[in-house]
Amino acid sequence: MSSVKTYVRPMAGWWRKNPFFVRYMIREASAPLFYLYALWLLAGIVALALGPVAYATWWAIATNPLMILLNLVVLVFAVYHTWTWFSVLPKTTPDIDVEPGTLVTGGVIAAIVVCAALFAFAWGVTR
Amino acid sequence: MKRSNAPIFWALFGAGGMLAALIAPMLVFITGVAAPLGFVLPTDTLSYERMLAFTHNIIAKLALLVVVSLFMFHGGLRMYHSLHHLGFHTATGSKVVIFGGAVLATLVALWALLRIGF
Repeated sequence: MSSVKTYVRPMAGWWRKNPFFVRYMIREASAPLFYLYALWLLAGIVALALGPVAYATWWAIATNPLMILLNLVVLVFAVYHTWTWFSVLPKTTPDIDVEPGTLVTGGVIAAIVVCAALFAFAWGVTR
Repeated sequence: MKRSNAPIFWALFGAGGMLAALIAPMLVFITGVAAPLGFVLPTDTLSYERMLAFTHNIIAKLALLVVVSLFMFHGGLRMYHSLHHLGFHTATGSKVVIFGGAVLATLVALWALLRIGF
């Protein structure tokens, strides 16, 4: 019965010791937010399928100040995700024969165009 | 050697990440902030009648299904790895819960969108 006592470097709080990893972990906080936002959207779709009473309940939750605040937090992280996603694009797509700067700028412009189109659509149908 | 299922999860992660990067800011702004507050857009932007008419469209149905599904698979993979980074080495258990949830959500979305009709 011998147990080998090898030194294992403690890993607790590893990411707090380096600003790069702190930014990384902040970025990762957007992952559960996207997951939860999708569930919230799904709740709306299900409520829509169930009828006007169920949908009114979902809408009451959607207009609750706390829910709007939560969605504002999701919005901030979503913008951060867009920015970081396109910033690392030159590293995640190394085989593409495009200048890294062009790739990042192009990605951000594409996001702005798509978002503008989405807003124009929502604006258009409500006029 | 048993083939890895990792490429499937990474492909869904990548597709979801790209979709989220392109549309999430505006989608969240419209559905979560602007319409509920009546800020910039009217409060009836997401009214029952309008959303019902919107989701009768096959393209709208597909778009909503893809958004719900890919957002969850994208967030799911990163959540799964974050658990490991934070010292929770739960492996299979968290994978089943996180991706099981994503698959279930996709199926429920499909059911709801079909129930709404064409």
